[in-house]
Parts: sequence; C-alpha cells; structure tokens
Amino acid sequence: MIETGEILQTMRMIQEENFDIRTITLGINLLDCAHPDAEACGRRVYDKICRMAKDLVKTGEAIESELGIPIVNKRISVTPVSMICQGDPRPIARYLDKAAHEMGVNFLGGYSALMQKGATAADNRLLDSIPEVMATTERLCSSVNVGSTKAGLNMNAIKRMGEIIKETANLTADNDSLGCAKLVVFANAVEDNPFMAGAFCGPGEPECAINVGVSGPGVVKTALEAVKGQPFDVVAETIKRTAFKITRVGQLVAREASQRLNIPFGIVDLSLAPTPARGDSVAHILTEMGLEMAGAPGTTAALALLNDAVKKGGVMASNHVGGLSGAFIPVSEDIGMIEAAAAGALSLEKLEAMTCVCSVGLDMIAIPGDTSAATISGIIADEAAIGMVNNKTTAVRVIPAAGKKAGDTVEFGGLLGFAPVMPVNAYSCEDFIARGGRIPAPLHSLRN
Amino acid sequence: MTKALISVTGLDSTGIIARVATKLSEMNINILDITQTILDGYFTMMMVVDLDGAHMDFAAVNAAFEPIREEMKMTIHMQRMDLFDAMHRI
Repeated sequence: MIETGEILQTMRMIQEENFDIRTITLGINLLDCAHPDAEACGRRVYDKICRMAKDLVKTGEAIESELGIPIVNKRISVTPVSMICQGDPRPIARYLDKAAHEMGVNFLGGYSALMQKGATAADNRLLDSIPEVMATTERLCSSVNVGSTKAGLNMNAIKRMGEIIKETANLTADNDSLGCAKLVVFANAVEDNPFMAGAFCGPGEPECAINVGVSGPGVVKTALEAVKGQPFDVVAETIKRTAFKITRVGQLVAREASQRLNIPFGIVDLSLAPTPARGDSVAHILTEMGLEMAGAPGTTAALALLNDAVKKGGVMASNHVGGLSGAFIPVSEDIGMIEAAAAGALSLEKLEAMTCVCSVGLDMIAIPGDTSAATISGIIADEAAIGMVNNKTTAVRVIPAAGKKAGDTVEFGGLLGFAPVMPVNAYSCEDFIARGGRIPAPLHSLRN
Repeated sequence: MTKALISVTGLDSTGIIARVATKLSEMNINILDITQTILDGYFTMMMVVDLDGAHMDFAAVNAAFEPIREEMKMTIHMQRMDLFDAMHRI
C-alpha cells in the first residue's frame, strides 16, 4: 500500500512544483501521401492526419483527468515535408496548419528537410518557402538538419539558413519576429523528438508512434533544497531519484495513450523542460547548486552534472528512452535564464559552452535585428560543429528581432515567453561563410 | 481492480465524511481505505476506492462530487492509484 507521505509528495510535486507531462506527440508517417500535384498531396496529408490523430487530444485530456497530472501539450510530428513534396511545398504547409487546427493541437512539426550531406531539389524548394510559410501559418513548425557526425557539415545549407532566418524575422517583424521561434536548425537531429519546434517523424520511424516528453525542473529544484551545502555525490543522487519518479509517470502516460489510441509506444524523452513560470526553471536548479546566477563560472559543470543525473535516473524508469533526453536551456522560456541574460550574467558564448554538455543547443535567444545573415550562419556553424564532434544533437533557434537592439525585450507570449535581446560578437565571418561546400565528417565518424 | 485516490481538503465542518461516503455508496463504489486528520484547522482526508463496481465512468464519478465541492467549499481530487504506484513502487 502506498503511504500517506508518498501520496502527499506526489500531490505537492503536481500542485506546487509544476510537475507536468510536457507533451504527448503523435508521430505520423506521411511517405504514402506523396503526389506530383501539390494540392492533391496536401489533401492526402490532411486526410491522413485527421484520420490518425482524431482521438489524440480527447485521449490526452482523459488521461490528464484520471491521473490528475497536467498534460500540457498534445502535438503531432510528421515526415519531413521535403520527402513527400514533388512540387511547390506551400499548399502542403497550408493543409498541415489546417489539420493542426482541426485536431486541436497547438503545434505540428515536420516542415522539415534533412540535408546534412546535401540538398535535393525538394529540399531547396522547401527551404525557399520557409519564411513565407512561417509568416502565413500559425501552428506549423519547421526544422532543418544541416550536419551530422556521420556526414559532416553542409556549409551551403548553413549559409542559406542564416538568410532564411533573417527573411523569416523580417516577414514576422510585427510579432517580434515570432516566425523564428517556430524554426530550428539542427545537427544530428533525432527522428523521434516529441518537443517543438524540432519535432518531426523521421524516415526510420514506424507508421505512427506515441512519444512523450516529461518535465519538472521545479521538482528537481525543490529536492535539492533539502540537501543544501552537501557534496555533489549527494546532489547527483538526489537528481537521479527525482528524475526516476518523473520519468515513471511519463512512461505510465505513454503506455496509457498508446493502449487507448491503439498506436505503438515510441519513446519517453527524459527531459527537464522549463516554462517561463516561476518555479519551473532549469536555471534555478543551477543556482540551487550554489551559483549566484546562471552563467557564473561553474555553470557548465553544474549543467553537466544535472544533464547526466537526469539521464541516469530516467533511463531505469522507461523501457524505451529517446528523443533529445536531457536538460533544456531555452532563454526566453525560463525565468532564471531570462533574469541571468537581462543582468548580463549570461552571454551567447557562455550559452554555447553550456550546449556542449546538455540537451540541444542555443535555444530561443533573441539577438539584435541588424545581425547579418552571415553572422547567424556563423553561429549555426559553431553550434553544429559542437554537435558533429561530440556525437550529440545541437540546435540553433535564434530570433534576430526586427528593429530591436541589445538590451531591448521581445515578447512571444505563452510557453514561448519573453527575452532580453542579447548582444552578438560584432566581428565579421562573411568570407568564412561565403566559402560554402562541406566540412568533412570527423575521424571518429569512421567507427566500423 | 481500478483503484483511485480521493483526496478531500478544506475547512472542517460537520458531515464531510458522511456526504462523500454516501455519494460513493450511491454510485456503488467501495471504500478500501481511509485516513483522515485535521491539519492546522484543515480537514484532510484520503480515501482509496475501488471503481470497478461503479455505475458510471471516471469523468462522471469525478463530476458527481461537484455539489459537495460547491456546497461544503471542499477541494476534492480523484486520481487513479496507478500514478502513485508508478512513482513510488518498482
């Protein structure tokens, strides 16, 4: 029998420490929707999504109510659109956005291209359409994979993505360049990621799958409050125990959703995903470890410990772990990161160092609107190089906020939060980016 | 067996257990365990119940507590025990 103290602990985690399931994401394969006519392809896509996902939100809400734990987002990820579009991809984008509205999901990911080694004609058409599509759709998210440990870095794609991010920012200038918040550039993108904006259903995925992302930075912070001043061995152990409990609930939700929807369970993503709410911050876990602010010396070490302990605790709690799995450090979506950036404690360079030891990369960072496309490409190249060499996923989701300069604030609202515009190194990388071509894969890609 | 935890909290008054237990009985829901205490003047009760015999589904059972929530100003949560089992038992 469960003891009263255990019940109260669970209830406190949910009611006071913002423990929630961040997302149930339904991955849907769209390869069979390909059609030479874009409209026809769009209609097939729309029909398939509406058929597969019709019970997703309803089922998510039922599980939420029965278990008494919030399931914040119900989402859909689809096959990268460049793999199914044989002509203009824009009609498909419109149908995808329509399907997201119809199904009641807040985001649908997969307006994507995987071009780590090079571009297909469809990849190029998709890339060209991204700014317009991000400006004219509401719920569609886009991601582009520009490098991998196996293939190296596609510097042509990296160059183009700098320009695309600028164009997207300018086309959505009226909304603080919100379009860029729905667009992420990856190295080593994963095929089963349930988190936006980078979710897509990779070509190696089954016909459909339920992927679940957990959260709970507030729970970890509260647990650490009880071990103040104690050595890191104790800190790591405390995080592991907490991550185990959080992930067990993620596994339970994933199993329930899979059974009820009759869709195979894919993975649980062992993540600590913050929101702008106070008490839901990854940065505050770092300060709880003894740092005055996120960004202070010691931050990278603290994050490395956190990221590793979350995985070690979580991996025992789920039979299939995947996705991005680790601590997220988006700036605008984490009140502790926002405060640190606004105070000048956190720089873009420190964030880059932090991405070497945690999940993903430079995420939700507002930069001055006059940052050049080449500089954005340079930032992407640096981040992708970290991913390529370290065998990990890295990503860049920066927002060159049109008309804003360092020190201003951009406001995205909701889960996307708000962010101070951070300064960027002003020295040029124009000639470096102009070279194009490919940066070869590192020696350790040859593992066979 | 589908077990659920019903937690009832709020300012103490006469007849809370009676109201909740009567409502459960009307829905043919068996009570398996009860703990109840007063914490700082707050009535706090946790019940484990068996939902298998219930005449209605989970959402309807949960909704049936609405009059008690409103009239007695109590917070009543119902959650499947699976949540607690997952978190605290291997």
